[in-house]
Amino acid sequence: MSKRRLLLGNEAIARGLIESGCTIATSYPGTPASEILAAVAYFQNEESLSMHTQWAVNEKIAFEIAYAGCQTGLRAAVSMKQVGLNVASDPLMSAAYMGINGGFVLISADDPGPHSSQTEQDSRLMAMFAKIPVLDPDSPRQAKELMRVAYEISELFKTPVMVRPTTRVCHSRQDISLGPIPKNKRQAKFEKNPARWAATPKFRLQLHRELEEKLAAIAKYRQTAPKKLNRKAKSDKAIIASGVAAAHTKDILKELKLWSKIPFYQVIQPFPLHSKFIEHIIKSHEDVLVIEETMGVIEMQLADRYRVKGKLSNTVPRVGELGPEKIQEIVSEFIGLRSEAFTIKTAPGRRPTLCPGCPHRASFFAIKKAAPRGIYTSDIGCYTLGLNLGAVDTVLCMGAAISQAAGFYHAYKTEKKRPDIVATIGDSTFFHAGVPALIDAVVQKVGFVLVILDNRTTAMTGNQPTPATGSGACGESTETVDIESLVRGCGVKFIRESNPYELTEFIALLKEAVRYSRKNGPAVVISRYPCVLHRARQGEAGEYIPVEVSETCDGCGYCIKHFECPALIYHENAEEKHVRIDPILCTSCGVCLNVCPKGAFVEKKSAAGSKE
Amino acid sequence: MSKTVKQQILISGVGGQGVLFVTGLLAEAAINKGLPVFTSETHGMAQRGGTVVSHFKVGDFSSPLIRPFKADGLLVLKDENIAQHGSFLRKGGWAVVNSGNDLKIEKTLTASGVDADKLAQEISNPKSVNLIVLGYALARAGQKAGNGINLFCSLSEIKKVLRKGFGNRKPLLEASIRALEAGYKAFKK
Repeated sequence: MSKRRLLLGNEAIARGLIESGCTIATSYPGTPASEILAAVAYFQNEESLSMHTQWAVNEKIAFEIAYAGCQTGLRAAVSMKQVGLNVASDPLMSAAYMGINGGFVLISADDPGPHSSQTEQDSRLMAMFAKIPVLDPDSPRQAKELMRVAYEISELFKTPVMVRPTTRVCHSRQDISLGPIPKNKRQAKFEKNPARWAATPKFRLQLHRELEEKLAAIAKYRQTAPKKLNRKAKSDKAIIASGVAAAHTKDILKELKLWSKIPFYQVIQPFPLHSKFIEHIIKSHEDVLVIEETMGVIEMQLADRYRVKGKLSNTVPRVGELGPEKIQEIVSEFIGLRSEAFTIKTAPGRRPTLCPGCPHRASFFAIKKAAPRGIYTSDIGCYTLGLNLGAVDTVLCMGAAISQAAGFYHAYKTEKKRPDIVATIGDSTFFHAGVPALIDAVVQKVGFVLVILDNRTTAMTGNQPTPATGSGACGESTETVDIESLVRGCGVKFIRESNPYELTEFIALLKEAVRYSRKNGPAVVISRYPCVLHRARQGEAGEYIPVEVSETCDGCGYCIKHFECPALIYHENAEEKHVRIDPILCTSCGVCLNVCPKGAFVEKKSAAGSKE
Repeated sequence: MSKTVKQQILISGVGGQGVLFVTGLLAEAAINKGLPVFTSETHGMAQRGGTVVSHFKVGDFSSPLIRPFKADGLLVLKDENIAQHGSFLRKGGWAVVNSGNDLKIEKTLTASGVDADKLAQEISNPKSVNLIVLGYALARAGQKAGNGINLFCSLSEIKKVLRKGFGNRKPLLEASIRALEAGYKAFKK
């Protein structure tokens, strides 16, 4: 037997890419897809493979780099989260028409729930929109296997192929057998063909025609045809499922003793749905239930509104993740079993919060001090959690903090009373989509303060490098782009850089920036301090200022509400009206020394020195 | 242990407590025994101090998630999480809860608490709550009668995983084993 290893779904995907001979892999981090590229880099190092693996500045760029790689005949892959695909949708639509030369796999990870995303959008619908095939794995093991299948389809039909895992596939772990890695490396060879690779609209019409022919052929491709998993089962009823919903359904049918009775089909390729399968289902069954996440992609291709039940018929909820307990209810109802409620009401868990010692917390506290009645636009990243401090009013999508700040400014321009506007954006997000928005704000002389939260890393998704970090996906050193020069290059005149841990000075600087922005247009403050998690991982030491709470504390709760550090403990109903510091959580950042209006936080005198 | 072993364990805590680490140890132990294993984790924003939960399954399963009232066992690293995850436990299932207070689990008679926060302070390793709770559960698994529970792996099998995982990082390994044993001994007391 070959080597069995415990692999995260995303690691299994990476392994599948490598075992399929992928030599160009790109990505922009985003939950639940982030670990794919990191795992490609891991296997690349482990096996000493010669290939190109990189974090790109955003998903569109990641897509285009990988796509050009496949135009030279290589096997390439790009991975991202579902909303990242929105950013990359421009090249996707066009690449579908032009087709490919080598092999091209696009992995777009969906997040039903949503657990860590802005939307529950279904990437499979995006594949349908772009007219490319999409595969829907039910487990890490199948995800790995489908990488091989995806490249086969891609090269056979000369089309990009999407693989759409969901959070439960990406973030599950399974014991998986590792296979061999192909030894022979293909050589890059770009064959010029402007009629295809630079097609004008007239040729695009022809390409569109070819694309439709490809799709019709893929809908007949036997390897990816839906499978009836319980061959002996016979009934007027049938259940069709794909992705992790199929895995849940399988266990539930067995447990309900329906496995030998109700035909169960697993769809591997939701689009294009196999034409013979559509015929077979409509001919053989009176009553069909389709279970899929998160939209009715399979269901809408089974064009019989009387027999087919699913999301369109409101049999399956259109909103939220399809957990196994939900599926058990739906299946029981469909079969006509005694309907029992399996979903339980649970107490809400803890809300996420910025880490103790996070430099963002200091920045947000300072922003509220400097512009107390301001409008605070923000962006995608850990700092979205500035919400908890009341320092984030809007979060739309990557880069929108800056353009929304501009929108608010223009909306209030003719009003007598204009609010101060402070936008916050992370370093990685600024590179990703903030730069064009800042150029626009300079041109339009938008009066606002932009605070770039530069913690030297892409923190939320697991500390991937940014263009300013100086290291790449495999740990190799890279060139760097300096944020301050970039901001200057965008035409901003007011640029300051400061450490938010120096809270008093930082507040003063922000006040200056706010005053400047009222008359002169954009002011940018780069709030620079490394992420605490990143520092811990790098084993970097910092300056530690142990703090204790003095008798001055009267339990007013100001620090709890406005600073919201998890290391500060206060129970309103407790007898003793006093804030305590949790010694396990406190990082001794010392920022709270300047937070209490009564000065109740004081430096611990005895415990000078360092903390582990 | 035979191939027919089938166990579902829910591990619940908050970000930073090492829920994923414990899940990984159990999973590696299962692999070493040649058992199929399937786990499901929380990543991303929820990890930032929010509730973190892992679903752990050993045996023949297609679905990575545990349904309510189906878990054989529950490891709870923060007692407030019982309100959120207590109802995953099946009738007769077991739970080990990090708690300094009296436990409020009604559904089962096999729940027990261990004050892992206090023990962690005692061994000067405040971040080892996860291993202490696991150690305690392993001790209970070693018991045949009374408060004993059915767990697919043993203390020595988990130690083996730690040894392999930490390799030459001796101080980390020693601290981890000490925490695991502190939990294990807490049950014996």
